Amino acid sequence: MSQKSVEDLSRSFAFTSKLDSLVAWGRKNALWPLPYGTACCGIELMSVMGPRYDLARFGAEVVRFSPRQADLLLVAGTITEKMAPVLVRIYEQMLEPKYVLSMGACASSGGFYRAYHVLQGCDKVIPVDVYVPGCPPAPEAVLDGIMLLQRMIATNQPRPWRDHWKNPYTGKSLDLPASSLDQPRIVDGK
Amino acid sequence: MTKIDELKQELEKHFQAQAQNQNFKFSNSVGDDVIEVPKEELIAVLIHLKSVHRFDFLMDICGVDFPNREKRFEVVYHLFSSKDSSRLRLKTQVAEGEAVETATSIWKGADWFEREAYDMFGIRFDKHPNLRKILTHHQFVGHPLRKDYEADHQQHCTETLPIFFNNEGSSRGDVLNENLVPLNIGPSHPAMHGTLRVMVELDGETVVRANCEIGYLHRCFEKMAETHPYNQVIPYTDRLNYCSAPMNNVGYCKAVERLLGVEIPAKAQAMRVILCELSRIIDHIIAVGTGGVDLGALTAFFHLFSYREKVYTLFEKLCGARLTVSMTRVGGMAQDAPEGWFDDVMAFCKEMSAGVDEISRLMIDNKIFIKRTQGISPVSAADAINWGYTGPLLRASGVNLDLRKATPYYGYDGLNFDVPIGTNGDIFDRYLVRIEEMRQSIRIIEQVCKNVPGGDFTLRDKSLVLPEKKDVYGNIEGLMNHFMLVIKGLRPPVGEVYDATEAANGELGFYLVSDGSANPYRLKVRPPCFAIYQSFPTVVKGSMLADAIATVASMNVIAGELDR
Repeated sequence: MSQKSVEDLSRSFAFTSKLDSLVAWGRKNALWPLPYGTACCGIELMSVMGPRYDLARFGAEVVRFSPRQADLLLVAGTITEKMAPVLVRIYEQMLEPKYVLSMGACASSGGFYRAYHVLQGCDKVIPVDVYVPGCPPAPEAVLDGIMLLQRMIATNQPRPWRDHWKNPYTGKSLDLPASSLDQPRIVDGK
Repeated sequence: MTKIDELKQELEKHFQAQAQNQNFKFSNSVGDDVIEVPKEELIAVLIHLKSVHRFDFLMDICGVDFPNREKRFEVVYHLFSSKDSSRLRLKTQVAEGEAVETATSIWKGADWFEREAYDMFGIRFDKHPNLRKILTHHQFVGHPLRKDYEADHQQHCTETLPIFFNNEGSSRGDVLNENLVPLNIGPSHPAMHGTLRVMVELDGETVVRANCEIGYLHRCFEKMAETHPYNQVIPYTDRLNYCSAPMNNVGYCKAVERLLGVEIPAKAQAMRVILCELSRIIDHIIAVGTGGVDLGALTAFFHLFSYREKVYTLFEKLCGARLTVSMTRVGGMAQDAPEGWFDDVMAFCKEMSAGVDEISRLMIDNKIFIKRTQGISPVSAADAINWGYTGPLLRASGVNLDLRKATPYYGYDGLNFDVPIGTNGDIFDRYLVRIEEMRQSIRIIEQVCKNVPGGDFTLRDKSLVLPEKKDVYGNIEGLMNHFMLVIKGLRPPVGEVYDATEAANGELGFYLVSDGSANPYRLKVRPPCFAIYQSFPTVVKGSMLADAIATVASMNVIAGELDR
């Protein structure tokens, strides 16, 4: 195709939406989760990925075990005090934009382990976007949590808990562009 | 003459002076033989028992804390004899700050057990090669299982440790070899089957040194058990080996029931056997399936998980939960099986027998799989016993020990099944044994399902089992009974018991000390993969890195029970 015809083609259609919405739509349908399965929930997360529930149907397709290749951190299982610094490090290594889903009672609140070596919820150290209750949650609940997160992404839901997050060990905040903090966000197209 | 009397005579003859001074105490607690010895004599007695009486398995070492006693701690050694499958418990008392001599010179497997007792109680073991923390993080101060440590007193950890290898007990970490490549795997890594951390030093791709660090999932099970009434501990046991949760329920309840001295009805026994064998199947599915993933066979995982889902569906029908079922109660089952459930199980068995053939074609008939696993990191029978291996791994090494045959429970002795035995103890043998065990489990389930006994699914002892809801809401006796049990809890008599079942990974033992109150005074789990995993650095030495990964998979290490 010659150069000219490409230009012609580009003039012949237009997106009838805001760029923000288009990008959000793309993001929501191309989540790459990092399954941070530590315990029982990790096994149930395998079921979510597995044959019957098949997370791939929701555009959360490719499971990546490298933080550099993932944008959704699925914290599935108990986070202990010993594990917390590791979790923070992995969260920091992920690229923007990044999201966190906390799966199950332990990850969300420490669960029924009111105990000396268990972190009482992973939100003590990293910012969490969606909490999925259950011990462990049924795979349907996890799918629902991911769909909820997709709605949040689609509407550019403001996430102050994340914007103001600081590394609990070093006190450093995320290296976010100033604009993302100051500008008013578009919510539901308003 | 009973076994303990024979032992008594023999030991008195051998250790004349000590025994005459009445320093040896022989007793029997709920069917278990117990010998109390002074700590100076302990190692000599252990060596004697091992060589003369063939107590060649050291199943567990644990501490118990009695803050009011003059000598505060009790160190308990659980022995198992391969001669006649009998058990013996050896106890010795230690005061704060005193040390016992290590048993690592007698059993290699004593290593981690002693480290754990040190970490949890602060009991020191003289001459231990590497006595330092194992379950709690390195910034943790104090010993959490002491009675004066608050269960919810958290101490934050702010950093992870650099790569280190076993060295002196006093100094953590050592100098890395400049010519070798240090590599850290985990604690969050897809090949590590949970939160395990492996550190290796590589010469090319050959492992020169390896070390593993655990404790990333230490959820304080034992402390939680001490602070909850007996029945409320059951959900915690679910989360030990979450790949086969019902087996842990059964193991715990069996221990408590033995302490109480009750026998559950035949129907409950049958249901427990079915639950156990179903969980054995799904546990082996995970071991084989994810083991395949580690070798690059992702298809097997997806295929096998469809069978696992079918078992989950059965669990869901039975009680509503999928993974963590908590179906057993002390005294029986939580509820009866719904109508037609046993037929569903039979239907599943039919599907599964075809499924196992498919799995074996897919995995162990696969040329690549065979080449990657055959002859890789073999463990000899003697080594396996020395390390404290149990279950499929021990059998793969050629030792015929299955508690379902050796010390049968719940009518296993009346069932027809075979125990598969390997020869080399390599990774391939381990998978062969697992696949064959799935076939045998199907056989067992079919036999039990064909004639499920009638009758009640639980005992109706008012001091143990909650009344049915219609009685609680319908009459005053039921209401009072419910109230008393909930408020006061069931109270086993003072005593202690060690009870073991054959779980999917090996011997799952529960050592339970009761002081007559509503909570267990001390509950020690003997998780099968704890003993197995401590051999990892030795087993993989000299093999390739990829083979080390395959070895972790074949060991089927479950972080939940490893770290508790």
